[in-house]
Amino acid sequence: MSNLWTRKHLLGMAGLSREEINTLLDTAVSLREVNRREIKKVPTLRGKTVINLFFENSTRTRTSFELAGKRMSADVVNMSVASSSVKKGETLLDTLANLQAMNPDVVVIRHPESGVLEFLANNLNAALVNAGDGRHEHPTQGLLDLLTIQDHLPLLDRDSFAGLVVAICGDVLHSRVARSNALGLKTLGAEVRFVGPSTLMPSQAEEAFGVTVHHRLEEGLAGAHVVMMLRLQNERMNSPYLPSVREYAEFWGLTRNRLRLADPKAIVMHPGPINRGVELSSEVADDPDCSVILEQVANGLAVRMAVLYLLCGAGVRR
Amino acid sequence: MSVAFTDELLLTSSETLALIDSLAARLHAERLGLPNPEARAGEWVVIGIRRGGALVAERLWQRLCERLQVKIPIGYLDITFYRDDLDTIGPNPVVGETDLRMDIDHKHILLVDDVLFTGRTIRAAMNALFDYGRPERVELLVLLDRGGRQLPIQPDHVGLVVQAGSGESFKVVDKGENVHVVRRKPG
Repeated sequence: MSNLWTRKHLLGMAGLSREEINTLLDTAVSLREVNRREIKKVPTLRGKTVINLFFENSTRTRTSFELAGKRMSADVVNMSVASSSVKKGETLLDTLANLQAMNPDVVVIRHPESGVLEFLANNLNAALVNAGDGRHEHPTQGLLDLLTIQDHLPLLDRDSFAGLVVAICGDVLHSRVARSNALGLKTLGAEVRFVGPSTLMPSQAEEAFGVTVHHRLEEGLAGAHVVMMLRLQNERMNSPYLPSVREYAEFWGLTRNRLRLADPKAIVMHPGPINRGVELSSEVADDPDCSVILEQVANGLAVRMAVLYLLCGAGVRR
Repeated sequence: MSVAFTDELLLTSSETLALIDSLAARLHAERLGLPNPEARAGEWVVIGIRRGGALVAERLWQRLCERLQVKIPIGYLDITFYRDDLDTIGPNPVVGETDLRMDIDHKHILLVDDVLFTGRTIRAAMNALFDYGRPERVELLVLLDRGGRQLPIQPDHVGLVVQAGSGESFKVVDKGENVHVVRRKPG
């Protein structure tokens, strides 16, 4: 059997083949069982060190990576920028060089600058995992969303992603979640719609991502099998991008009425944290028949365990 | 990287099934079928190690249940995450799912694998097993013992002892009804 995983880093969904995505998802499915046990731990990554380096606030992603490492028996160290020497004027590369001197196996990084991971990957030996860089990519979120959708394919009467219609709605412009999802979904053969106001839509999205762009929520939702709502970032709420939060909620909020336009069995996703009553109404978010938001969180843990497992193997340690 | 090899039939389908059947008969006569409370069938659980051991375990379990005229529980263990060779062979791209729905505390476990070689798989399987509970007793059954142990592990029940030449391996091949065993030689 040939090795289906040979990458050193996970920097983004861009460039991942269908086989690589499936390897990641299959490994995550096997690891889910660990999270359901009484003893939620396997010895696989004993002696490996994982550093979580977060230059942006994050609770759930950091916790998810931390638990993922711990459930695989790795030693996990969390570093947040607020208490680090970055505040004392250290450059990014110096911070990383210092971490590297401690010989970690994997460094998980979240950073506000798009594309910073590529720069670091060229200057470091440790395996890097992108936990979100600016508005560029958030590959583990993309993977956990793919896994959640894959789980629901049978309920949507489908056996593959081919022809599946996924509407990604809201602030697409600033969303790394939208990018990672669009790239992964297209690789697996799904049809992707970007749905949002023109001020929050990246230019030339059709050409860049092979998606269709819709500027009315109703039009974007029509017949969709998966409705992925994006978080409206607080800092965008009072900005020239929108007239007001109330107006955004009025035109772009997903309500039960609007959801009726989608496929009758459609699932609703959200990367969290939700702005209740802004992009997503509580009646939809809390409806167990369509909302899969908490399944996303559970799958996030399994996907991150799978990523750490595949990146820590000797097959990729040159 | 692919290495050339040739497969030589070691046990035909009917020989393989007869071997499994004789193992079931022996287990029934010597262990599970006995009237004493230590060996009551109700206390036993069959656990197959994925992937080869699972094939053997499933067939053995069927034969055993027929003889006992009672269904004892069966589960499957994937030991990928308990292996000790992640640093040398890298991650296994094909990981099976562990399926142990029963309580194994205080049970008598019949751990089943296809081929016993170094003993490392069994070491990993026992570590995995003890993450699920504390069985009263674990007995090891293997279809083939090919020698070459690197750990102090011996089987309790063996179908066949074989001599392995250098570089040879043994595989249980399952094609639905047709399960057979091959000797795989390099070159």
